[in-house]
Amino acid sequence: MSLEHFMNEAISPWMREDGPDSDIVLSSRIRLARNFANFPYPIIADEEKLEEIRLFFEKEFAHQTFQHYGEFEFIPTRELSAIEKRVLVEKHLISPNLTKFSQESGALIAQNEQASIMVNEEDHVRLQIYYPGLQLQQALEKAFELDDWLEEKITFAYDETRGYLTSCPTNVGTGMRASVMVHLPALVMTGQINRLMPAVNQLGLVVRGIYGEGSEALGNIFQISNQITLGKSERDIVADLESVVHQLIEHERNARFMLMKERNTQLEDRIYRSYGVLKYSRIIESKEASNCISNVRLGIDLGMIQQTSRTILNELMVLIQPGFLQHYAQKTLTANERDVLRASLIRERLQLES
Amino acid sequence: MLKCQECHERPATLHFTQIINGQKREIRVCEVCAKEKGYIHYSEEGYSLHDLLSGLFNFDTPSIENQQGAFQQVQELQCPSCGMTFNQFKQIGKFGCAQCYHTFHPRLEPIFRRVHAGNTKHVGKIPKRTGVHLQKRKQIEEYKRQLQHLIETEAFEEAAKIRDKIRALENDGKIAGEDA
Ligand SMILES: [Zn+2]
Ligand SMILES: [Zn+2]
Repeated sequence: MSLEHFMNEAISPWMREDGPDSDIVLSSRIRLARNFANFPYPIIADEEKLEEIRLFFEKEFAHQTFQHYGEFEFIPTRELSAIEKRVLVEKHLISPNLTKFSQESGALIAQNEQASIMVNEEDHVRLQIYYPGLQLQQALEKAFELDDWLEEKITFAYDETRGYLTSCPTNVGTGMRASVMVHLPALVMTGQINRLMPAVNQLGLVVRGIYGEGSEALGNIFQISNQITLGKSERDIVADLESVVHQLIEHERNARFMLMKERNTQLEDRIYRSYGVLKYSRIIESKEASNCISNVRLGIDLGMIQQTSRTILNELMVLIQPGFLQHYAQKTLTANERDVLRASLIRERLQLES
Repeated sequence: MLKCQECHERPATLHFTQIINGQKREIRVCEVCAKEKGYIHYSEEGYSLHDLLSGLFNFDTPSIENQQGAFQQVQELQCPSCGMTFNQFKQIGKFGCAQCYHTFHPRLEPIFRRVHAGNTKHVGKIPKRTGVHLQKRKQIEEYKRQLQHLIETEAFEEAAKIRDKIRALENDGKIAGEDA
């Protein structure tokens, strides 16, 4: 196994599995932030101190196997090219901030890409576990087990009153960020999203688009996560987040049903047009592509398009990103070149399925 | 820690990507230089949080200074372990080490309260290996609460069971009577 293993496929192996409510929830993620008790944090530590931590991880955890997730590979970020780094970010295996604090950063990535551990990001340790569909509780139990596995060899910074002592005061306590990635095309089409999102914010949850800048959510994909980390247990945070997500699922399904019933022809037209664009265009910008991919996925969920698998949404959303395109081309591309390659990769991918 | 590319001294806590004539340039500077060189108006993810925090501090600081009196110098808090001062913490919005939590303790309550919707205490996970004693103590506290309730409701049989459990835990996990 090597870096190539993580670079070649746009979609992680676990994404091919179906999860509960996976017509709407693409994935569930738990991230835990931890620090060594006796080392300064990356924001202020000398590089030599951070090197010690990196070496410790390479020595103790690289090539170790954690449960069924497979062997961990250690990827030192200083050895990554800009494009390779971008691909790992686009696949959500590392965060864009991984190289922000130290040259001594890196990531342990499990073979099936469901578990990864960032080293020397904002905190010394940030572990994450992914599950397909809505499976936050399952992901939390596994994240706890991975945390225990690391803790056998590391003494984490912990305080009885404040909990896990993170670098940023917004993470202190549980150090946990629980999040789900949801596809909400019908709520966007009907404009209901504008009413629902502020309500979700009111409940202490954060909503943002995963792709695209600012408030724009390319591909109608949103990430919903907890905001507070103090004063509430991990299990309660997860339970509350899940109950909000269940309500959103309900609203999205109702909106889909309503569109099918009252605006069926317009809906069909929109979905098949998008399918046509993806199938035949020769130049496509990421915004248009994301929109069309979202429509096609909706068409699959509604049974209008049958010969294409659902995972096409997750897969194409990664495949069309600048980093992945350039990795594929094995060179830096201008925006125009990317639009041409993007169109051609999408055509190829759809061809595979029909 | 990456050093600021302008002063080569302070940690580069702000990162920007500038695109000039299609050329991408990474800028990694400290807060002080960012302000001086005019980088600060570039938006950066996480900066809104920083704004929030500095807003808190600005709101928080004057009242304390007023209490101290105008001419009295306020001794600045500095972490003995990592060297971070409270002022630096205010600028960066991040702790330098675990010890900082202890050092800055007197000034942290209002910050946690604001950031965590009024909460200041952790009620979640306890580390499995290093937290065994704490776990035990918390379990005993929980049993004692239950015991109190059972006694009040005159459920004496149940109460006796809980009392045995407490004894067992206090005897280092051995089941009561086991060592007899
Ligand atoms: Zn500077
Ligand atoms: Zn400190």
